[in-house]
Amino acid sequence: MKQIVVISGKGGTGKTVLTASFAAMAEGAVLADVDVDASNLHLLLHPEIREQHIFRGSRKAVIDAEKCTGCGLCLPACRFDALIEGRDGKVSVDAMSCEGCEICYHVCPVGAVALEPHVSGTLYVSSTAYGPFVHARLGVAESNSGKLVTEVRKKAAQIAEQEGRGLVLVDGSPGIGCPVIASLTGTDLAFIVTEPTPSGLHDMERIFELTSHFKIRAACCINKFDLNPENTARVEAWCRERSVPVAGTIPFDPAVPESVVRGVPFVEHSSNATADEIRKTWAALSELIA
Amino acid sequence: MILSVASGKGGTGKTTVAVNLALALQPDRPVHFLDCDVEEPNAHFFLKPVLEKSREVLKLIPEIDKGRCTYCGRCAEICAYNALAVVKDSVLVFPDLCHGCGGCRLLCPEDAIREVGVRIGVVESGRAGGITFAHGRLDIGQAMSPPLIRAVKEERNAGRVVIIDSPPGTSCPVIESLKGSDFCLLVTEPTPFGLHDLELAAGAAKEMNIPRGVVVNRAFLGGGDGPVRDFCSREGIPVLMTIPFDRRIAEAYSRGETLLDAIPSARQEFRELFERIERTRS
Repeated sequence: MKQIVVISGKGGTGKTVLTASFAAMAEGAVLADVDVDASNLHLLLHPEIREQHIFRGSRKAVIDAEKCTGCGLCLPACRFDALIEGRDGKVSVDAMSCEGCEICYHVCPVGAVALEPHVSGTLYVSSTAYGPFVHARLGVAESNSGKLVTEVRKKAAQIAEQEGRGLVLVDGSPGIGCPVIASLTGTDLAFIVTEPTPSGLHDMERIFELTSHFKIRAACCINKFDLNPENTARVEAWCRERSVPVAGTIPFDPAVPESVVRGVPFVEHSSNATADEIRKTWAALSELIA
Repeated sequence: MILSVASGKGGTGKTTVAVNLALALQPDRPVHFLDCDVEEPNAHFFLKPVLEKSREVLKLIPEIDKGRCTYCGRCAEICAYNALAVVKDSVLVFPDLCHGCGGCRLLCPEDAIREVGVRIGVVESGRAGGITFAHGRLDIGQAMSPPLIRAVKEERNAGRVVIIDSPPGTSCPVIESLKGSDFCLLVTEPTPFGLHDLELAAGAAKEMNIPRGVVVNRAFLGGGDGPVRDFCSREGIPVLMTIPFDRRIAEAYSRGETLLDAIPSARQEFRELFERIERTRS
């Protein structure tokens, strides 16, 4: 079983639009969306939810006001500014700032702090017209996105194993931090979607450093390439120097947002030159992973 | 005033709005620009600041004094992040998992733990004309950006209008960026993706009790901004500005030029945006 993760560094370069089209062309793949705090792939795949699992990321402190004596011992122990001293000296927890380190629980001399399992999201297993789909929703303002990414990937791999499917296709998240690292570990190919802008190139360099750091093979494609042919040439040269295959160059096309509004993968929305290029990109990618 | 620019979805134009707002307020409103998207900082491409200072940002991780450690296992037991493991006569520390809470040091019965700093990134600061500027750059391979975001925000100059360019998403890095803001400007685009993520980001700002306003970017692209406006009126969020879809803006961006370079007349609209934000607050 092979795994491809679609990432970009910079947000909004077209990861989800391309992943949905790849999903429509990849026969028998398991699909996954690990952009757990702002997932969008379901808006193009229209999943029918089969299973839901509550995701508990960490425990958070809750202080019993009746037991709290207001001694204040916990206050300097918390490094996340999550403990608030009330007028009466009693302490309460700002759940949004609490990172679940549990130190207040340990230092409280009267046992006024309880640790409560905290629901931070939901994981879904769904079916779509293109195959099984694992996705998730992290609660608003939650942490532990990396752990949820790992859960989604585990579930997708498990389904692939059980059903004898050869490919897991994963829509990733922007950035280079915790959720992105969690989406990369152990994957066979990182597919980087970039654009010919200073930010696109800069962010691709950083994400490529990250894939190199974890020794993960990378390939890329240049989306909206015709916005700036000079920068496109720069990206291509950059890729050549590092032996990163460029699997496709896709034009800027106002029909793309139309396909998103219609809620269909682009290759099913249109059969124009952009769709042809996306098909070619997928063919090149399939060859790389074969 | 501290004004954060956020979006949920990446690539909707956060940096474009933050940068052009900062520029449009010049020269009469001093601005301090903080790029808190430390994973992928991009505002410097457009503001082109002269970076005068750079400081390393460290996070604290435990170091074990082998002379004192009795391998009792207490530190591993209390660590909520599984960043410590005790095996026979050694203690393993996993820096990537450590949140730097200091609990192990505090609770070690033998006083055998001290904390040492490991570098997670840098904060660079300087100025771009009248705009003072700072951004963070997370080191490659580092998972946790919030401590670096906190460090960027420490640069804040209270005498100026502070404009914060936030990272995408709605989880901890975004919360860290928004914390303490007087206003959150949400940039969206009129597609189902933009709306879906706007709803999430608007929810996060609401939970944090931060007043909100919306900028619709690339309006008239896709299906038009009807659904975004419906959502905003349901939620009581004012739509403060609309930026039409214009290929000239996209091309200027691709050359590292600002929206104001491409369309100088937009300056007045950004100034009006700021006035509307100020009015919303009063």
